[in-house]
Amino acid sequence: MLLTVKGLSKSFLGARALDAVDFDLAAGEVHALLGENGAGKSTLIKCLTGAYHRDAGEIALDDQPIDPRSTSQAQDLGIGTVYQEVNLLPNLTVAQNLTFGREPTRFGLVDARARTRMAREMIEGYGLDIDVNRDLSSYSVAIQQIVAIARAVSLSGKVLILDEPTASLDAREVEMLFKVVRDLRSRGLGIIFISHFLDQVFAISDRITVLRNGRKIITEKTAELDRVKLIEHMLGHALEHEVEAQMAAHADEQPVRPLAFSFRGIGRQGMIEPFDLDIHEGEVVGLAGLLGSGRTESAELLYGVRVALTGEARDANGPINIRNPRAAIAAGFGFAPEDRKTDGIVADLTIRENIVLALQASKGWMRPIPRAEQNRLADDYIRRLDIRTTGREKMIGELSGGNQQKVILARWLAMNPRFLILDEPTRGIDVGAHAEILRLIRELNAQGMSLLVISSELEELVAASDRIIVVRDRRHVAELTGADMTADTIVRAIAAPGTAKEATA
Amino acid sequence: MMVPTLKRIAPQLSTLVALIILITFIFPSFLNLSMVDGRLVGPLVDVAKRSAPVALLAIGMTLVIATKGIDLSVGAIIAICGASAAWAVSAGYGLGPALVIALSAGIACGLWNGVLVSMVGIQPFVATLILMTAGRGIAQLITEGRILTFTDPSFGWIGSGTLFGLPVPVWLWLATGVLMALLLRRTALGMLIEAVGINRRASALSGVNARVLLIAVYAASGFCAALAGLVVTADIRGADANNAGLWLELDAILAVVIGGNSLLGGRFSIAASVIGALIIQTINAGILLGGFPPEYNLVIKAALVVVILVLQSPNLVTHFAFLRGALPTRRPSEQVQQTGKPKP
Repeated sequence: MLLTVKGLSKSFLGARALDAVDFDLAAGEVHALLGENGAGKSTLIKCLTGAYHRDAGEIALDDQPIDPRSTSQAQDLGIGTVYQEVNLLPNLTVAQNLTFGREPTRFGLVDARARTRMAREMIEGYGLDIDVNRDLSSYSVAIQQIVAIARAVSLSGKVLILDEPTASLDAREVEMLFKVVRDLRSRGLGIIFISHFLDQVFAISDRITVLRNGRKIITEKTAELDRVKLIEHMLGHALEHEVEAQMAAHADEQPVRPLAFSFRGIGRQGMIEPFDLDIHEGEVVGLAGLLGSGRTESAELLYGVRVALTGEARDANGPINIRNPRAAIAAGFGFAPEDRKTDGIVADLTIRENIVLALQASKGWMRPIPRAEQNRLADDYIRRLDIRTTGREKMIGELSGGNQQKVILARWLAMNPRFLILDEPTRGIDVGAHAEILRLIRELNAQGMSLLVISSELEELVAASDRIIVVRDRRHVAELTGADMTADTIVRAIAAPGTAKEATA
Repeated sequence: MMVPTLKRIAPQLSTLVALIILITFIFPSFLNLSMVDGRLVGPLVDVAKRSAPVALLAIGMTLVIATKGIDLSVGAIIAICGASAAWAVSAGYGLGPALVIALSAGIACGLWNGVLVSMVGIQPFVATLILMTAGRGIAQLITEGRILTFTDPSFGWIGSGTLFGLPVPVWLWLATGVLMALLLRRTALGMLIEAVGINRRASALSGVNARVLLIAVYAASGFCAALAGLVVTADIRGADANNAGLWLELDAILAVVIGGNSLLGGRFSIAASVIGALIIQTINAGILLGGFPPEYNLVIKAALVVVILVLQSPNLVTHFAFLRGALPTRRPSEQVQQTGKPKP
């Protein structure tokens, strides 16, 4: 074994973050590390990279016991790490980033030509066709990730830890990254891969280790582990077979529902080509497509974040003019945006204030919601949505991603909207909260609320939606219903350019 | 409602009290208060009166800073409003119209700033810098380049008169502060302003009318500056376009910062900012009483401000913990954050 961990334990202020965890990694292997938020993945990684010092246990690299005290020590030993947020310097060139800290010098000055040569050698074999003398920030996140990997590999060269490297990449970029990972594997590196995306874990890993509450639950060969089993291990209880039940329901005849909103020819140049969309009462419409294909742009036009330059929107009472989010809210819309941190939460306000924000804004500043009423609303939603917090006066910024998302949902539920747009409602959320949010979508739907759900998790989208619209290259290209609605057909609709509209409702 | 407010302003309040005690220690007469002709007089009353311009500015500045903005133009607005009021009074329009003209001028200046920031999208620093530099020119146009003096006693009363035993300027900042705080906290305005300051985009997506709120906040700052302009002008019975309110915008920003409000926007406390203004004036008074050569004044003031800010800084707690951690551990059971080098 390349890396062996035995009985690793680590506590913080009496709380056990890791409890006698065993882990091993072979050379030429991709080993996925899975677990819900707080399961101990990051703690384990940080013990390996020297960011934390373990309380007990042994770590051996190439059968030699090691005891890294800092990330640079771990790097010298051969353990390199690449994080989700690229931790390179975007304002320096690719070459400067790659050679940072060991620039080739000539007469005491940096030798720029040698640096360029050195950088080119370092990224050779990664399939990158880039100019190493351009700023790192001029390249996509995926390329920045690969540059970070190239740097980590050349610095350490034995163990590579990838901590959520794909979180902000689209499908094509993930494929590009995976090609690099496979190459490195065949070159004999041991790779630890951490991700929330199960599809990716199954696509790339050789073995999977599941952590829960600081303990190792299992280590299995990926080929011998099925998805349901895996999720059960992560959650610690059997997953309700909701997905299957929902799938079966699709086969049934769809009930005829009254039309709630109809959009005709909504579009804006540079964002998305004009599209038509009918939303029925109590209907869940899914929107699938790659990142940047026009999914979010569609939602933003519907909600008035950007004004649609063409087309019109109507509800049962006639045309509605959606010139800004306020007008959309007045028409009964709600919108939980994709980027929770920058567009959703108001980090330094409390949970209570975040929940009442939209309601208060729609009432106007002169009619404040009485404090008792605010408290009641907040407590009610904290209980109903199972928001994990010590109380309603906690700052929302201190909550985990899943709980933040629930607060944003509570903000809209308090408005009782007729049409709720959810952009990536489950991104970056652990599996437990995932299931809860899906259940919530179903509940709202049952109460007659119409929803538009945008998601990259196709299986999830299929499970939740009555109808799925596929977006490609800033065009709505297909609409799938009933039995056509499978992850497979969606992928084909996304992938194959030139396919005709497969079905119309 | 009362308890959280007290807790919020406790650091500022104790700083103020500490400063007063310090000065009293050296000059016991600092606390002297007496009634003369139905007027309360004494150094403390003087401090409260002289605080008026900065306290009034700080009230408006607090709101602007809560939205992550800054208003550099308030000193110039003081000059504009003082000049317009002095012009109106000396042209014989009477006090009422003069006040209306001055306050409208202040609000108009604020609206200009607000539109530049909110609709045009110019950074607050740059947007208000425009009026900061242009404003004194406008004031000079109004006064035609002279120091415009007037004799109207009723206008003078605003700067140096007495009401119920206290100077009118003191009533002015007290009333403005209380009314503004009530307006913000009894309605939802305060929370909406904080939300916009923390995350404008998220607030706008939740239906908060961020655009109008931003304009309103700068208008409020202009209004407060107009009040300050009236006080300054009435006090000296003349409008000096070049020097009225000069550099007061910086004192106002300092008052807001001493009041513990973050320049990054968000949570704010008007009471704390006003106490910040009182702290600045108390320092000024102490330095004057100390009889230092005048060239020392600004340096001493700066040193005291640094001390106050450091004492209020939340970082101090961590630094303090670090110092304690570096000392030999007195209680071995206590787990101390290890910061030293690894042991061999």
